[in-house]
Amino acid sequence: MTDTPITRVAKATPEPVARRIRGLSDRAIAWIFVAPTLFLLLAVNIFPLIWTIRLSFTDFRVNRPNRDAEWVGLENYQRILSDSDIWNTMQATAHFLVWTIVLQVLIGFTLAYLINKKFKGNDLWTTIIVLPMMLSPAVVGNFWTFLYQPQIGLFNYAVGFLTGVDPASFSMIGDVHLAPWSIVIADTWMWTPFVMLICLAGLRSIPDSIYEAAECDRASKWRQFWTITVPMVLPFLMLAVLFRGIENFKMFDLVVQLTGGGPGSVTEVTSINLKREAFEKWRTGYSSAYAVILFVTVFGLASIYVKALNKVKQR
Amino acid sequence: MSFSVTAPSSRTKWFAGILVVGYAIITILPLLWIIATGFKSPSDAIAYPPKIVFEPTLEGYVNLFTTRSRATEETLEAMGPPTTWYDRIVRDQNMIISGPSRYGERFVNSVIIGFGSTFLCMILGTAAAYAFSRFKVPLKDDLLFFILSTRMMPPIAVAIPIFLMFRNLGLNDTHLGMILLYTAVNLSLSVWLLKGFIDEIPVEYEEAALIDGYTRFQAFYKVVLPQAATGIASTAIFCLIFAWNEYAFAVLLTSGNAQTAPPFIPTIIGVSGKDWPAVAAGATIFLVPVMVFTILLRKHLLRGITFGAVRK
Repeated sequence: MTDTPITRVAKATPEPVARRIRGLSDRAIAWIFVAPTLFLLLAVNIFPLIWTIRLSFTDFRVNRPNRDAEWVGLENYQRILSDSDIWNTMQATAHFLVWTIVLQVLIGFTLAYLINKKFKGNDLWTTIIVLPMMLSPAVVGNFWTFLYQPQIGLFNYAVGFLTGVDPASFSMIGDVHLAPWSIVIADTWMWTPFVMLICLAGLRSIPDSIYEAAECDRASKWRQFWTITVPMVLPFLMLAVLFRGIENFKMFDLVVQLTGGGPGSVTEVTSINLKREAFEKWRTGYSSAYAVILFVTVFGLASIYVKALNKVKQR
Repeated sequence: MSFSVTAPSSRTKWFAGILVVGYAIITILPLLWIIATGFKSPSDAIAYPPKIVFEPTLEGYVNLFTTRSRATEETLEAMGPPTTWYDRIVRDQNMIISGPSRYGERFVNSVIIGFGSTFLCMILGTAAAYAFSRFKVPLKDDLLFFILSTRMMPPIAVAIPIFLMFRNLGLNDTHLGMILLYTAVNLSLSVWLLKGFIDEIPVEYEEAALIDGYTRFQAFYKVVLPQAATGIASTAIFCLIFAWNEYAFAVLLTSGNAQTAPPFIPTIIGVSGKDWPAVAAGATIFLVPVMVFTILLRKHLLRGITFGAVRK
């Protein structure tokens, strides 16, 4: 495709003099187009990040602006890494991350696969399925606390209706064992459509001719699925997982409204823990160090992941 | 329709349809429940077992938009008969309206900040995506990953420096401040999505335009922009929805002037505990624009997100 007639003509045409006179060079346009974005990101993301890193070496407290912050070196980092509470919140986050991604990938891919069968009216149903991801996680979280109420909540009532368990006998957000699942369920309800949409994009990108060729080779449906469908959708699926992973690692709104980290601290994911340190205990320096550690963790994991993604894409 | 060996059989279609419709119904139930609760009376809302058939009332909506105070029988009688329908609803609860609630202004804030940041984000994002897609930008891959990485920072982690910075610039608790902040947060998504869309538009179109004597700029807005319209539309919806629904920055960085609706809705309380119909009413009103938007633009949304994926 690199040598279509038009590109050949384009190559043969000398750099048009008119363009050089009337317009800017490509290089200049590239910079004009990219600069505002980079500038805004530097101002609103990178500058605060550098500031956070600086604060992480001090014992600054934002609620005491008149007191001079002292340089404490790596003390904050040392204290965080030896604090067992942090490991508990990391564990809660990991648990939450793994289950939401597993469920969302399984359900999202299945739905996309089914919708791709192009049954009648699938546009309407797809739109309905997509609705939850358009809503505000905080508002949804707040309202799911209502759905999860023992007795009066729709969720408990439905579970009671289907399984015969007394709806008043369990509380999704009050029980230590059930609370993490209450978040997993609400998050899966909200975000499965996102994974589904991206998988659908992947499925629709597969040309029919490949299946036709496979059909001629008498490959079974099962074999076609594993050797054509899955590998072709994989890069899309991995991209969806990347976005969901990053979002869920820093998940805050849904959890804060749903369980607020409780009961006790079983659902205290890192973001909630961080908010407690930064905005309730006002340990700014300490929480900055915490934030840096979290950022390095996500950044590191995402870098490795993107490398793997690029490999899969190039195959 | 032409004959194809790969077209699913009608039985497969039927089976797929049943499963998808089943999932869709489960998905829509909590939403319908929110909308229904908005029209229930407080006692119906917490009835056991949950009431499916109930007498609809606008009490939740009246409670959402007003602040009320309790009144004695004598004051109520001295005031004479209620003049409006909402007055009557409030009087029935032995209360009088003492003023509007803050929900209205919160909602307007959401509109200003949501649309403002989406607009800005589309302008910056489209330009950057075009440059990344078409030109040799130095360190392209690194810059793209850098742009993506700005989304990895938990909002709480940067909230304190942003708060201090905004305070120095006089942007604290202002619409402009929040618009800039949300634009920056959304840029990563919009650049990545839009680059995908623009990558799929054949370069040959622009080359043809350039040969015809267009400048790069003209080729950009006369050839590329119309081609990328679906992509831009679906990306804009995603940006708008994010800004519309954002909670963490809103709750940490705004207090009065520029606070949006998401931090406000969970704080709505009634006389005795949570006023669930009012919360549901607030949520419903807040959801409606997004839902209408999604339904109206669903073709663009669904095709839009798949468009970028269709191989040439």
